[in-house]
Amino acid sequence: MKRGTFTTFMAIFGFAFLYAPIVSLVVFSFNESRLVTVWTGFSLRWYAALFNDSQVVAAGILSLQIAAVSATIATVLGTLAGVTLTRLGKFRGKTALTGMVSAPLVMPEVITGLSLLLLFVSMEALIGWPGGRGFTTITIAHSTFCMAYVTVVVRSRLIDMDRSLDEAAMDLGATPLRVFFDITLPIIAPALISGWLLAFTLSLDDLVIASFVSGPGSSTLPMVIFSKIRLGVSPDVNALATIIIGVVAIGVVAATLIGARRQTKA
Amino acid sequence: MSTDGIVTRPRRARDFVVGWLSRVGISGRTAVILAPTLWLALFFLIPLLVVLKIAFSAFALGQPPYLPMFAWGADESLSITLHFSNFLFILQDALYANAYINSVRIAAISTAIALVIAYPMAWFIARSDDKYRNLLLMLVILPFWTSFLLRVYAWMGFLGRNGIINNALLGLGIIDQPITMLQTEGAVFVGIVYTYLPFMVLPIYTTLVKLDQSLIEASADLGARPFMTFLTVILPLSMPGVVAGSMLVFIPAIGEFVIPSLLGGADTLMIGRVLWDEFFANRDWPVASAVAIVMLVILVVPIMLLSRAQNAVVEKDA
Repeated sequence: MKRGTFTTFMAIFGFAFLYAPIVSLVVFSFNESRLVTVWTGFSLRWYAALFNDSQVVAAGILSLQIAAVSATIATVLGTLAGVTLTRLGKFRGKTALTGMVSAPLVMPEVITGLSLLLLFVSMEALIGWPGGRGFTTITIAHSTFCMAYVTVVVRSRLIDMDRSLDEAAMDLGATPLRVFFDITLPIIAPALISGWLLAFTLSLDDLVIASFVSGPGSSTLPMVIFSKIRLGVSPDVNALATIIIGVVAIGVVAATLIGARRQTKA
Repeated sequence: MSTDGIVTRPRRARDFVVGWLSRVGISGRTAVILAPTLWLALFFLIPLLVVLKIAFSAFALGQPPYLPMFAWGADESLSITLHFSNFLFILQDALYANAYINSVRIAAISTAIALVIAYPMAWFIARSDDKYRNLLLMLVILPFWTSFLLRVYAWMGFLGRNGIINNALLGLGIIDQPITMLQTEGAVFVGIVYTYLPFMVLPIYTTLVKLDQSLIEASADLGARPFMTFLTVILPLSMPGVVAGSMLVFIPAIGEFVIPSLLGGADTLMIGRVLWDEFFANRDWPVASAVAIVMLVILVVPIMLLSRAQNAVVEKDA
């Protein structure tokens, strides 16, 4: 059974469906006209407009900071969760942890956002922390849902990993901590990097959860974009999209090439 | 780790942490287990319990906008008040029932469309040369890494009244009036299918790529036509992938907020949007919480289906 004409046609249609909107975003970001869909000539004016918009720049910086901090927290916690679930055997509460670690993946964003906001409000009434909403509350919220994704990545790498290296080090008298830092960590490092990048991207992209847990004066980039496009298309958003798509495309291609080189070496 | 400098520095920090923990009476193993468990308990489990609690509280004007559930009486008695009014309100007001039904319907139709597009794609990739397979897989995953919000926005430019599709059709003389595509239910289907297509392709691909080629040959040798082979051999064997992929589209689609609010019309009622408005526009936290609890109840069965299917997909790996 080979690939028939029908499957080939459907596959081409599928890929076109995936990429046509992205290509149009990029093309019309260089358009001169205010209309996003009628080509009038090449221009970089929307890129200039973007960088002169102080609200967009401030939101962009805030979003990058939140993404970097929450991706790091998520990677540390996700790695600990991955190690706990694959290497530490049975313990009380393992089922609970397994459930809690995968549940955020299927939790609707509106519920995650609502529940965390209600928690922060209740905590503030009880103990006076976190004292207003903004950077801290968004970072905590993002760390929590990104951690679930990091755990999936790290856990599958730990399951695939050849355990005889760990055991050899253990037999030679290394403490579990030493085995982890000197043997396991270097081997699963690629998984940690892709987990961190995934968490970073997810945090940078989140609109719904951030809208619930942010406070006045702490609008993230997606929140600013959403308020711009809610009423219709806006060409400076196309320029922003092109920058993001460019950075992501370069990053993913580089990661794939590095990954491919690693595989051929191994 | 060849140079000593690199190894010693973290080890000193390590010794410090370990020493400090053992002084408090926590072993390293327990600390490793406790950190993620406590974080998730505090920032995932307890928040859901807070939602449950507030769903049973009465609305009140003020900050926070609900009445406390627990109250200490003058005689030091604890009184607990459960208000079912929020749930009764949701059940009686047709708006909520319609929103739930609509969400399930829209999510189901989108899932079916995504399946029809994704299955041939997964088959195409699974049957490709080894050389191109990783490239094709990367092409499926790549859009997922770019901003979800901006990809939905791209469709606004495509489907709008002055959008690319209308302009092209007008230019070709196929139509002489722009078609209304944006702010319709159809646009919401397109948005959901587009956003979640990679989640459908990947699990189906995983089951198809492991399919034993000899089974297909045996079926052909026994005289089955290709379509018969597909129905009786290939489809049943790829079922775990189909179920996992379908649930990965269906579950997030139910609670979707961004797609219906950007691509859908004012009449495209979906429950994620209702919850959002209840919270941000009406500031009725108890009703918003009750809406969330009912949404979770609806999702229990799909989530169970997903976890069973995912286990089946992974098991075949071993």
